[in-house]
Amino acid sequence: MQINQEKVAEPTQYKSEVRNLNFYYGEFNALKNIDMVLHEKKITALIGPSGCGKSTFLRCFNRMHDLYPGNRYEGEIILHPDDVNILASNVDPIEVRMRISMVFQKPNPFPKSIYENVAYGLRVRGIRQRAILDERVEVALRNSALWDEVKDRQHDLAFNLSGGQQQRLCIARALATDPEILLFDEPTSALDPIATASIEELITDLKSKVTILIVTHNMQQAARVSDYTAYMYLGELIEFNVTDTIFIKPKNKQTEDYITGRFG
Amino acid sequence: MAEESHNKIAHAGKLGYSFRRNLHERFIEALLFLSAALSVAIMLAIIVMLVKESIVFFQHVSIWEFLTDTQWTPLFDDAHYGILPLIAGTIVSSFIALLVALPLGTIIAIYLSEFAPFTVREIAKPFLELLGGIPTVVYGYFALLFVTPLLQMIFPELPGFSLLSAGLVMGIMIIPYVSSMTEDAMRAVPMNLREGSYAMGATRFQTAIRVVMPAAFSGIAAAYILGISRAVGETMVVAIAAGMQPNLTWNPMEPAATITAYIVQVSLGDLPHGSIGYQTIFAAGLTLLILTLVFNIIGHVLRKRYREIY
Repeated sequence: MQINQEKVAEPTQYKSEVRNLNFYYGEFNALKNIDMVLHEKKITALIGPSGCGKSTFLRCFNRMHDLYPGNRYEGEIILHPDDVNILASNVDPIEVRMRISMVFQKPNPFPKSIYENVAYGLRVRGIRQRAILDERVEVALRNSALWDEVKDRQHDLAFNLSGGQQQRLCIARALATDPEILLFDEPTSALDPIATASIEELITDLKSKVTILIVTHNMQQAARVSDYTAYMYLGELIEFNVTDTIFIKPKNKQTEDYITGRFG
Repeated sequence: MAEESHNKIAHAGKLGYSFRRNLHERFIEALLFLSAALSVAIMLAIIVMLVKESIVFFQHVSIWEFLTDTQWTPLFDDAHYGILPLIAGTIVSSFIALLVALPLGTIIAIYLSEFAPFTVREIAKPFLELLGGIPTVVYGYFALLFVTPLLQMIFPELPGFSLLSAGLVMGIMIIPYVSSMTEDAMRAVPMNLREGSYAMGATRFQTAIRVVMPAAFSGIAAAYILGISRAVGETMVVAIAAGMQPNLTWNPMEPAATITAYIVQVSLGDLPHGSIGYQTIFAAGLTLLILTLVFNIIGHVLRKRYREIY
């Protein structure tokens, strides 16, 4: 495993550092000794064959595994600039999720209006003032490139939107609370190519505002949108580097085989 | 491989119409249709009987009198035929029952669906279902001989028969129906919707109230409507514990009769067929049918209006 930043265009700071992370589903060791970093306001992609642990890894960042019994973390995920280990047992997963948002594989809008979907995270935090909600909802919808399409029907049910719009709504929902890191779990795998293109464009635009970690099984997508790429296999991080390096001259034979399509 | 080639030979040149297979299929279809038709036919027969006998009743008593008279004394010399006392008794006892069953049933469902660990749920569910399996007559005596004396310690003026006692016990009886259907509806909400809520930093309770319950709305509405129908149609508990005196009152502390209790009372009596007193039970039965039908229609409309769309 090599952490190598020889080709970084500009010096960046670490938003997060993963140190010797192990994760267990019961007895099963799903993530093995992972060391990695997330660069601030950059897009990091996780690639690898199905079952390699990339989604499991992603879901460590917002402690989603805490929802189910029998799961266990070992090691650290340090969140900067506070230098706190978000996996520590004295850290409340709800606090973590308030700072690190997530967008899922399948669009999952709530059975509420467009407006209430975006305002959800704010309401959960106890924000009630209409003016604040209105403003934050509008900003989030603008940032997810949905405002122009829905501004006149914000109180329609979210299910009336198309699949791509629903996914952008879920991105708006995640953005509304001003997260520090945005996690994407294969956000376009349930969408058609046109909707996929618009989501990818959106993700690229969001880079200026937030640090992004994205799981994708689509290597072209990783190559198109990400600045850094990590290749995982069987719960291990095989190679992590600048995306161009990973795709043009990977150092590891396994990575090369996967990327060139000889495997996976 | 050998079998496949064998089949090919057996079916060679047989693309034509198979009379035997077709006949068999038609026979099955007819059998299935008859089974379905039977239940519809029985339902229609009941309605026809109720309406026919009620028409005989309404030839003697005007609909106006039936709906506005404030006394129901069909078996007395001074006979009055006002359904209002029975409707009032039905509404009051059902209202008390629902006041118990809907909130408690919902809370139990939220706990079992969203909070309870697996083992607790596996133990609690059979017990709840057992509660629903107790014969209603047992509930009736439970109300009369246990709950009423208990209530009389708090309200000394409470009579031996009361709508309050019957309604409370009826509520307990309905809890399992409401909680089990509500829980099913909530558990059917897909996990990715819950995860979406948790990922926004919501707590379990916020997720249950703000996301899971709205998503399960139509199922929960169906559970409530079923609970209401059960309360309105329940017979034994009110017949035993509420007294059988038709009494136009909205006070739950008084004894009164419900429509169902009256029907039991008259059915048990030795009224001659065709007498006006005998005929009253059909008019009362028709009223009950219309009442529950209205609730079922409301439930159906609610379910259509708020389909589950996850």
